[in-house]
Amino acid sequence: MNLNRIKAIAWKELIQIKRDPLSLALAFLMPVILLFIFGYAITVDVDRLKTVVYDRDMSSLSREIVRGLRESGYFTIVGYVDGPAAIDRAIDGSGARVAISIPEDFSKNARMGRQAGIQVIVDGSDSNTATIALGYLNAAMEMAAKRAGLGTISPPIDVRLRVWYNPELRSRNFIVPGLIAIIMTIIAALLTSLTIAREWERGTMEQLISTPLKPPELIIGKLIPYFVIGVIDTVMSIIIVVALFGVPLKGSVVLLLFISSLFLFGGLSLGILISILTKSQLAASQAAVISSYLPALLMSGFMFSIPNMPVPLQAITYLIPARYFVSSLKGIFLKANTADMLLTEMGLLALFGLIVFTVAVKKFKKRVA
Amino acid sequence: MTGLNNSRAASPDAITVTVAGLTRAFGDFRAVDGIDLSVLKGEVFGFLGPNGAGKSTTIRMLCGLLLPSAGSGTVGGFDIMTQTEEIKKNIGYMSQRFSLYDDLTVEENIDFFSGIYGVSGDKREERKEWVLSMAGIAGRRKVITRTMASGFKQRLALGCAVIHEPSIIFLDEPTSGVDPISRRRFWDLIYEMSSRGTTVFVTTHYLDEAEYCDRLALIYRGKIIAEGRPGTMKKEYMAKEVIEVAVGNVVEALEVLGREGFDVALFGNVIHATVDGAASAQPGIQKALEGAGITSTSIRTVRPSLEDVFVSLIEVS
Repeated sequence: MNLNRIKAIAWKELIQIKRDPLSLALAFLMPVILLFIFGYAITVDVDRLKTVVYDRDMSSLSREIVRGLRESGYFTIVGYVDGPAAIDRAIDGSGARVAISIPEDFSKNARMGRQAGIQVIVDGSDSNTATIALGYLNAAMEMAAKRAGLGTISPPIDVRLRVWYNPELRSRNFIVPGLIAIIMTIIAALLTSLTIAREWERGTMEQLISTPLKPPELIIGKLIPYFVIGVIDTVMSIIIVVALFGVPLKGSVVLLLFISSLFLFGGLSLGILISILTKSQLAASQAAVISSYLPALLMSGFMFSIPNMPVPLQAITYLIPARYFVSSLKGIFLKANTADMLLTEMGLLALFGLIVFTVAVKKFKKRVA
Repeated sequence: MTGLNNSRAASPDAITVTVAGLTRAFGDFRAVDGIDLSVLKGEVFGFLGPNGAGKSTTIRMLCGLLLPSAGSGTVGGFDIMTQTEEIKKNIGYMSQRFSLYDDLTVEENIDFFSGIYGVSGDKREERKEWVLSMAGIAGRRKVITRTMASGFKQRLALGCAVIHEPSIIFLDEPTSGVDPISRRRFWDLIYEMSSRGTTVFVTTHYLDEAEYCDRLALIYRGKIIAEGRPGTMKKEYMAKEVIEVAVGNVVEALEVLGREGFDVALFGNVIHATVDGAASAQPGIQKALEGAGITSTSIRTVRPSLEDVFVSLIEVS
């Protein structure tokens, strides 16, 4: 291994990135754009649900309940309707997701201590939203009932939930740290997947392989500038996540950057390996997206909880490096995990990087065919 | 670097590149089919042939970029089968495609190849200045390579390929797509390097360039069909003679003579007829042209050019 040759490759690569607007955009703009798109689009919190009310009771209690719903922030009352048919129309046609139907004897029953029911119709076509809406609705109605001085609820067992780590149960706090892993997966694989293929396509590789340059020198030289970019991207992402999305970073920034570096090493090496295997920029970029992004998105525990997956799928997730990065990110952001708690994750990320790097070095042949 | 020193110490006529039975097959197709070659140290060896004849495949095998399917050989004393990385330390190679980084400046390209070839210290600056003046681009070191004319690029590519002063350089069609003046200038550089003891192995399909070489090999369909010094080849391989016919209407005359059974080829704005004996054939040509009502301005016997030699050789094979 010759440091001068590594330096020559790294410097050349850096100049090329600097002069190529597309590479620059990919390196610095894409992570920000992705972070915004994902950060704002992916939220499983439910708020401002469009709600219609069919109030046949027209009592102070029924009005109190509707007011309670509105003030909870989860429901937006978009209108009052005057019959079951109108409820159907509202849900089918005008975009209402929830309908509340209060029967005419509701307040009377409530005051007499009898069972007082409210009919709630939820648009179940989005089952996730529907389930969450029902939960909110129950809570909001209980609050309303209490405020109205009914005190109808005195269950024999008083369950008090206390949620740790993310006390407001804001899904954004839970999702956005993992998002850094998804974005870095895409960026890392895409950035490097083009670099070797481009040299084959432009004909410069034929010149390079006629020199004494050794495969590990070429690969390390090419990794260095993209590694630097990856670290800058990570720092940018952390700043956006904390400052813009308001996700608290409870653990150590240094530890976070260290684990990110381990992950980057593997991700960038994977891109290089793909580039070596495909020799074409188009094929390489597609292979990079499919092989890195999809598994990271679906099977890292970022979106779907791994313990809820069928066992065979769970087994596969162990092979996906993003899994370890996602859990490290969540751990550091939300639980202030320390290095000793993340030794397994760090070890496996480093192992993955080393394996991919070694395969890339072995697969790179200084021959044209 | 011992190989390099040994070859420098050897006698001027020492063989520096030699192959026997060199073959490369791609599936059923034999791009190079059992060729034998020897190149002497310090000579300019021209490797000629039409496109697709196997020139690039051969040069890539010699440079260690392509593993031969069969055969054996050495380049600079190193085995082309097992010591390709040693070969790469001792050669310079300029591939057919323009192979510099066209988004880097002139100076950045030179620095890059200095770094790759391990040219360092004072030598680095010295070689950089040499490349810049050799290529005639001393005032353009900050220019992005893409924007330069192809003649300059070609000379810069040559400079980068020899920045480490290799003992053998391989040039694969270095002058294709370059204007005639730049081509001439490029050949001056080749001579200059050869005069300093560098062996130059150059492929071309320009036959006028072949005349500049010390020795030639003609490859056709993967096989070497002729080899020797340009002058010797003209005598040895050209048993026939060439009659040059200058006429007003070249196309018509070509057709007429072809119909009469003459072996004719267009050669610039004249026709070359390859015949067994010039004296006996000349009246026949005259008669055929007159019969068709074509007046010739001159009909004379000429020394065959390399092109005549190769056209007849290729027709034979």
